[in-house]
Amino acid sequence: MAKKNEKINWEYAPAPESTGHINLKEQYDLFIDGKWVKPNSGKYFESTNPANKKKLASVAHANEKDVDKAVKAARKAYDNVWSKMAPSERAKYIYRIARLMQERAREFAVIESLDAGKVIRESRDVDVPLACNHFFYYAGWADKLEYAFPNREVSSLGVAGQIIPWNFPLLMAAWKIAPALATGNTVVLKPAETTSLTALKLAEIIEESGLPAGVVNIVTGYGDTGAAIVNHKDVDKIAFTGSTAVGKIIQKAIAGTHKKATLELGGKSANIILEDAPLDQAVEGIVNGIFFNQGHVCCAGSRLFVQESVADQVIEKLKHRMNSLIVGDPMDKNTDVGAINSKEQLDVINSYLKIGQAEGAIMYQADCSVPSSGYYCRPTLFTGVAQSSRIVQEEIFGPVLTIQTFRTVDEVIQKANNTPYGLAAGVWTDKGSRIFNLTTKLRAGVVWANTYNKFDPTSPFGGYKESGFGREGGLHGLEAYVKFN
Amino acid sequence: MARLEVLKTYKIYIGGAFPRTESGRYYTPKNTKGEALGNVCLSSRKDVRNAVVAARKAFGGWSERAAFNRGQILYRIGEMLEGRKAQFVEELQLQGATTAKAEKEVNAAIDRLVYYAGWCDKVSQVSGSVNPVASSHFNFSVNEPTGVVGILADQSTSLIGLVSQIAPVIAGGSTCVCIASEDLPLCAITFAEVLNSSDVPGGVVNILTGSPDEMMKPMATHMDVNAIVYAGKDATMLNSIQEFAVENLKRVRNYPQDWMDSGAQGLHYITDLMELKTTWHPIENIGGATSSY
Repeated sequence: MAKKNEKINWEYAPAPESTGHINLKEQYDLFIDGKWVKPNSGKYFESTNPANKKKLASVAHANEKDVDKAVKAARKAYDNVWSKMAPSERAKYIYRIARLMQERAREFAVIESLDAGKVIRESRDVDVPLACNHFFYYAGWADKLEYAFPNREVSSLGVAGQIIPWNFPLLMAAWKIAPALATGNTVVLKPAETTSLTALKLAEIIEESGLPAGVVNIVTGYGDTGAAIVNHKDVDKIAFTGSTAVGKIIQKAIAGTHKKATLELGGKSANIILEDAPLDQAVEGIVNGIFFNQGHVCCAGSRLFVQESVADQVIEKLKHRMNSLIVGDPMDKNTDVGAINSKEQLDVINSYLKIGQAEGAIMYQADCSVPSSGYYCRPTLFTGVAQSSRIVQEEIFGPVLTIQTFRTVDEVIQKANNTPYGLAAGVWTDKGSRIFNLTTKLRAGVVWANTYNKFDPTSPFGGYKESGFGREGGLHGLEAYVKFN
Repeated sequence: MARLEVLKTYKIYIGGAFPRTESGRYYTPKNTKGEALGNVCLSSRKDVRNAVVAARKAFGGWSERAAFNRGQILYRIGEMLEGRKAQFVEELQLQGATTAKAEKEVNAAIDRLVYYAGWCDKVSQVSGSVNPVASSHFNFSVNEPTGVVGILADQSTSLIGLVSQIAPVIAGGSTCVCIASEDLPLCAITFAEVLNSSDVPGGVVNILTGSPDEMMKPMATHMDVNAIVYAGKDATMLNSIQEFAVENLKRVRNYPQDWMDSGAQGLHYITDLMELKTTWHPIENIGGATSSY
């Protein structure tokens, strides 16, 4: 038994995930037409670990000519093989990819955490399994499309150009590739420049699966590489996940062309706590809503609305909970909040912290230490904000929460909807009928009731208004990749 | 000296175990050349009842599995069948098929399992609905498994009929008791071995060999069987099943299909063995609030 005066150390002992079993090359070329090819540009850039700024690998920087080569390979594979294949055979290739990913799930999780800074618990339990399941789910659709579109005859589009963000690198690759293949399209995919590695590992799996050459091509690079995909004349469809600003550039670039598009863009989602909500559970939901993946989540519950009668209590509980979050090494299995994805993003977040304070809001940061090397941001909340504050209106994409209060349901619906975005929302109340009232009236593509940040391959995801258009996931996610004859 | 081959004893499959029939009886089916296929269990009505008990016991757990998980397991059955293809081809040949036909049948069975694996988490997306009732209620309908299904398997095939009848039933979350082809029973028992090594919980599928004429009545009159699937064309047989079914309002489905036909699959084979449940939930309607942004 511990003596009265003896100090007990309640800290968790470090529990780092081993990185010994992963297989990373020093340098990655482009994956085009089933082969690894050197970039025409001759240029490579570094992918680093944001938790310690160490280099992980060199990655090829594709230019216009490389993209052209990839699109040509995709076109050839579409014309000669993929569009002609029996749908049930197509399905079996996609199942193979899902299974091979499942077999190598641990390796993917570790590389994702190293490359993106996200905590290993999330990569292991969320990103990677969801990515595998997404392939598994869409594999099953390949030979059942007549059920998804009754009384309509559908065909594939051709070559899909897909550009994905750095917040869920592998998962976004799966969201893009799986439905495109299931519906019979071929793919040119560009991962984000800070997080190319799991997409390149996925290319290895695609190679291993025996998928015909050219059906999936992975070209790495920066915004110019993405622009080359968007502007390529022989691309039939653009699928983009990223910022609203870039989404608008893409919509403009493809105006007047035959290209079909889905855009999954930014958000400033409302998380609404009503006075009858189970408050401890709601506090967990607030934390999960904004601090999950360091707040690098397009549907993050970044605007918190708390009913006035319970506001003080909720804020007190929330601060207490924030202080127990472990911020630090993403590879440690105890870590709750990992590293900010890049220096650029950390600068953006820090600039918003300044803006918020300059606007007169009161900032509170979790009382925790962060590692001295690497990019980190302490969980932060702002009170005393107005509907018009920039930190309330603009997407920060970091672990920063604004808190507003309300008195009536009418008021909170007004406030929650008063944003150019409409990606997601959260509602916390014990009353079922109130949930459905709010889910009906909130202008957002996904509404979570008494939960937050839940994803499933069967569940469509996507935004209203300036959060983009089109849906990914579920039966409705198929429509983005077909045309009606 | 030449090595003496070890012959396989064909058993039945109940609750994840491989007993011989409780009756101790056997029959010796022969192929077209008149060669004996083996001493196969001539299952009794007691075996039928034991199998129904096992199927009912397994129903709760199986029906509550996530649809996604059932899909993974059906896919796993396909994987295991692919791995044991040679054995099935050999048995089909022994029962009279040419090599080409035998291979075609096994391939079709694998592909059918993969097809139904893909359905598990899509059934309610296609077949369910949200119903726009006029009052302020959220109202939705989803399919749920019907319970224990009795399957009288296609008598003209050894594997493809059985697989095509079992797969949609378990994909939807029901459990089943199957009576195999009387004259071509070998693949049914070997398929049970595949199921037993594919993460399918014991009791979800139970397979009996013997005389359908004898076992049909105890199955169709059993008060704990919810539905009967009959694959034959025999009108008299169908008629008796329909009459026996009345006592507890069993759903009777008749599929006199050519199971080798690539069109002999589809969503309705799943939903035929499912019920539809509609849920009502109030929506609070406190007017005024605008959602017009």
